[in-house]
Amino acid sequence: MKKNRFFNAITLTVTSASLYILLALLIFTGIIDEYNGQLLTLAGIYVIVSLSLNLITGFTGQLALGHAGFMAVGAYSTAIIIMRLNVPMIPAVFAGGLITAIFGLLIGIPTLRLRGDYLAITTLGFGEIIRVIMVNLEGLTGGAAGLKGVPPFSDSGDFILDAVIKFSWVYGFVIFTLVVVSNLIKSSPGRAIISIREDEIASNSMGINVPYYKMFSFTMSAFLAGIGGGLYAIYFGYLNPQMFGFLNSVNFVVIVVLGGMGSITGTILAGIGFTYIQEWLRIFKDFRLVIFGLALISVMLFWPKGLMGTNEISVVKLVRKYFFKNKNSDNSSSGSPASGESQSEGVR
Amino acid sequence: MAVLDAKSISIVFGGLKAVTNFDLKLEKGELVGLIGPNGAGKTTVFNMLTGVYNPTGGDILFNKAGEGAATKSIVGLKPFQITQLGIARTFQNIRLFKDLSVLDNVRIAFHFGVKYNALQGILRTPLFFKEEESITEKARDLLKIFNIHGKENELAKNLPYGEQRKLEIARALATNPKLLLLDEPAAGMNPQETHDLMHLISFIRDKFDLTILLIEHDMSLVMGICERIVVLDYGQTIAVGTPSQISKDPKVIKAYLGEGVETGA
Repeated sequence: MKKNRFFNAITLTVTSASLYILLALLIFTGIIDEYNGQLLTLAGIYVIVSLSLNLITGFTGQLALGHAGFMAVGAYSTAIIIMRLNVPMIPAVFAGGLITAIFGLLIGIPTLRLRGDYLAITTLGFGEIIRVIMVNLEGLTGGAAGLKGVPPFSDSGDFILDAVIKFSWVYGFVIFTLVVVSNLIKSSPGRAIISIREDEIASNSMGINVPYYKMFSFTMSAFLAGIGGGLYAIYFGYLNPQMFGFLNSVNFVVIVVLGGMGSITGTILAGIGFTYIQEWLRIFKDFRLVIFGLALISVMLFWPKGLMGTNEISVVKLVRKYFFKNKNSDNSSSGSPASGESQSEGVR
Repeated sequence: MAVLDAKSISIVFGGLKAVTNFDLKLEKGELVGLIGPNGAGKTTVFNMLTGVYNPTGGDILFNKAGEGAATKSIVGLKPFQITQLGIARTFQNIRLFKDLSVLDNVRIAFHFGVKYNALQGILRTPLFFKEEESITEKARDLLKIFNIHGKENELAKNLPYGEQRKLEIARALATNPKLLLLDEPAAGMNPQETHDLMHLISFIRDKFDLTILLIEHDMSLVMGICERIVVLDYGQTIAVGTPSQISKDPKVIKAYLGEGVETGA
């Protein structure tokens, strides 16, 4: 048990570190050009916000349609904290997340009593309200003209170095979000949250304080979305309420549904895929949205559970399988179906 | 020595009196059956005892220790609070967490007793690992009692019907109840399974020091293990007594049992 724990921690750290070094090197040497480097960084931000949405929608089972609003709160508050109060970036991003969490808590109190589509519509409404407030608080947010001059992640003048630093920051926060969400989900409070999705009545009669855990999950989700928003503000250096419209909220829902509601790895894959496909489809100009819509419809028809359903790709399991074949007593010598083995193993 | 004392509880839905002046006193360690025709209000009584419905009249007193008279009123408490006090239930139409593993179904029921909070869970403190290990072990022990420990990694929805019923009881036991309410535990089971379940119910009562109230339509089970039976009809108690008294009671025969019933075991 203890040995497993150690092995898991080491494996995950080594994997995420080596993936980082690989990608950073590729950007640094120009093999991933500046454009793709930027895109990858943007994808990271999308992954953060989508993971936060997956927490409330995929794991808690409460459909929320206002995450662009949370992102807006995070983005504006981070930008304002940096620009007006001269706070360094990391504390500013976390402060933005906290402010968004408070917003989430306030919005959650009245709305989380509602179920299903009612909740979706009210969160949508709140998302729009936030956007309209941002337009009208001109003194603070610059109103419809937008907020200019958010300082970038780094300002060295060297484009390639800047791109690497930008990527590094976002990668760091992606890992942070990933650790928070996946550790939460695999703990007892996380199981309580999932049980609400499975059956609210049963969950209640198993002694789980359902309203509290809905609220907790919603606030946590707002916090992470706010962090995503803060990074977004620094990434673009310019904010405009139009960037956080209803369609953006829908984009995050699309990512979560495509990846599989309740799958962390699914959200990561879908978030990256979504960002790239959106860019590739730009050559079709206005038809982009039509093609995109058709693609979505066909996915829902033929793959209703999304890419991953509620399954996960376990890095630890993969590493065990390919690098530590001999350590496991099971003799996986020939090409026998491996899936059955890993199931009977029962390791996490 | 009463564990539960329901004092003339009633509930009205619109103009419909679903349950009227229902009295029930459960002594510690008792195994009591609640029977009656469909629509008599049996499940409604369960729902009032577990906080799903608030009775419109009367009072429900509960006493976790089971010594002395029941004093704590549980009317107005939320279902999760009542469960935390020590009343657990199962459902007539099985309500498992279908897409979760058998083990997780039971571990969820341990949640409110877990000593670490969400932050400690995220940070993976030593307490997290200690508690996780301990509830996993306790969950496995429970599954062993119900003989489904070999299937702990299967999804709950993939279990056969009888085992789903057992899992639901195991899950209810994980909340460490003093009073267990079973809503038709033998529904959908074949005679052999019902027979085994009878023994299992008496066994867990002794092992976990429980008081049990059960709703059941299978008279062989009810007459076989219940020490006392309460009969409901149209929301009113029409008879209370031992199985042999009940099976001879003319009112019960007319309302529910029908002529020529056999008393089972």
